[in-house]
Amino acid sequence: MMTTATAYNFAFFDEGSKREIRRATLKAISIPGYQVPFASREMPIARGWGTGGLQLTLSLVGKNDTMKVIDQGADESVNAVNIKKLIENTTGIGKTDETSEATIIQSRHRIPEVPLTKGQILVLQVPLPEPLRAFEASELETKKLHAEKEYSGAWLMLFEQIMKYGNMATDADHPVMVENRYVMAPSPIPRFDNPKMNHSDALILLGAGREKKVYAVPPYTRVVSLAFQDHPFEPESFEGESCKVCGANSVFMDELVEEESGETYYQCNDTSYCIERLNQAQEEGAL
Amino acid sequence: MNEFDSPILSVRHLNKQFGNGCESCRTQNPEQMLKNYCPVCGTVYACKDVSFDVYPGEVLGIVGESGSGKSTLMKCLYFDQEVTSGVAYIHTYKDGKKNLFEESGQYKRYIRNHLMGKVYQNPILGLKMDFSSIGNIAEKLISAGERHVGTMEARGIELLDHVCIPIHRSKEAPKNFSGGMQQRVQIAKALSNKPPLLLLDEVTTGLDLSVQASVLDLIKNLQRELEISIVLVSHDLGVIRMLADRTLVMLEGRVIEQGLTDQILEDPQHQYTQQLVHSLL
Ligand SMILES: Nc1ncnc2c1ncn2[C@@H]1O[C@H](COP(=O)(O)OP(=O)(O)O)[C@@H](O)[C@H]1O
Ligand SMILES: [Mg+2]
Ligand SMILES: [Zn+2]
Repeated sequence: MMTTATAYNFAFFDEGSKREIRRATLKAISIPGYQVPFASREMPIARGWGTGGLQLTLSLVGKNDTMKVIDQGADESVNAVNIKKLIENTTGIGKTDETSEATIIQSRHRIPEVPLTKGQILVLQVPLPEPLRAFEASELETKKLHAEKEYSGAWLMLFEQIMKYGNMATDADHPVMVENRYVMAPSPIPRFDNPKMNHSDALILLGAGREKKVYAVPPYTRVVSLAFQDHPFEPESFEGESCKVCGANSVFMDELVEEESGETYYQCNDTSYCIERLNQAQEEGAL
Repeated sequence: MNEFDSPILSVRHLNKQFGNGCESCRTQNPEQMLKNYCPVCGTVYACKDVSFDVYPGEVLGIVGESGSGKSTLMKCLYFDQEVTSGVAYIHTYKDGKKNLFEESGQYKRYIRNHLMGKVYQNPILGLKMDFSSIGNIAEKLISAGERHVGTMEARGIELLDHVCIPIHRSKEAPKNFSGGMQQRVQIAKALSNKPPLLLLDEVTTGLDLSVQASVLDLIKNLQRELEISIVLVSHDLGVIRMLADRTLVMLEGRVIEQGLTDQILEDPQHQYTQQLVHSLL
């Protein structure tokens, strides 16, 4: 992949390209939840592997930033590491695993457990930005539906799930209404993370590389998960369970199977959160 | 129909053309036209100066040969297409004072979702073939603002039962159904919000004769029971005779004759209508 940092401009792109992406981003921030088209660029990473998020990150990053990159909650996954390397090689900025230390957090499929704070930016990678796509194949038509705030299709898809499975079986990417105007795909985060978007202290940006769209949830925006009167929105519940490693509860956990005993157990999905807790406990001498 | 009732729907001077027209066709000099087609610029004048009323509780038939503009007219009324010019009023909508064609997209959706139902000849246009049948009905209810699953499920099952779709098939997708059943699901969907006006475009065309008869029976019964107004389009005068109280005859985009269906059948005035009636006998 990257050999020397000097072969590229700071943050890989030329300044004109960065400016253009930032212009689209500013528009996205001004119209919360609205998908703004942008000229998605070729990257030394295949489209569909986070190039949308990466382009946003590279357009925003400055010399004083500190980066955190996670993939499905893990800082050390191959994808996260590759993206981190590219950012590091082309910017030389520092990186961290600790959510609270990062100024920009790029993530796929999760919002970290440690609450984000004012001044932080969360960049989410998005495979499918259009929440109405399964209902309406044509981009021209979905644009009209958004323009007219006609979201029957989004509710219909939830209704269909209830007819099929008895509940709203969205594993991830449960649609949200942003500031009572645009229905938005929150990216494939678990339902557990949806409420974190509501009235967030941090700026949330969402980028889709293949589909060439950027959209945003500015700080303190109202974000409501779609639900019916008699089928309220319910995040995944881990009631009664706690992380086998750090003991945390009320976080999003993976269900794992102990190979030898065949027993199932739970573990924090957010690895850095889990490690931080372990370290803290060790310092306090609790373990 | 009662003469003293006000119409539920009034349409005046509706024009729809495909193409911009040219010097040659703008005057509509018949010598320069091939029927309603301009051979110079390729413009099709699909509906020309169409005016009519629909009264509460009546079935208005529209008959005419293929290409006479019937479907285009229905598409304009349901806002599937924009008119070139003309006005339409619904008596119960904004006191019947607002030209429907000049309303915004959002208001047009409101009218479609609350005041009208439509059944298309081709069920692909009226149904989501991969969604459940009950979901198809729910779509219209959701569009009209319903957000209670239990209510929609109950209403959907009631409607499907009404159009003789077995309840155990309510969660099946229409793509698994026969043509006649698909039309029944479309009818159930169109009726879901109890609209005062139902638009039916060749709903039995292409179905087997026996299936045709049962769908026509269903429409007749529903219409009597629900007392809704229906605009029924068909190229088949037999269908019109069976259901329509009054009838418009269209030819090359124009209404050439209108009146009570019985009168038109017994004493057709226009030469074209005479041919049509004779071919039925
Ligand atoms: N989208 C279109 N573009 C151009 N011409 C059209 C279009 N739709 C219909 N037409 C023409 O308009 C005329 C009326 O068609 P239509 O309303 O479908 O007639 P009918 O339903 O009576 O058979 C026909 O000549 C048809 O070819
Ligand atoms: Mg037709
Ligand atoms: Zn012409």
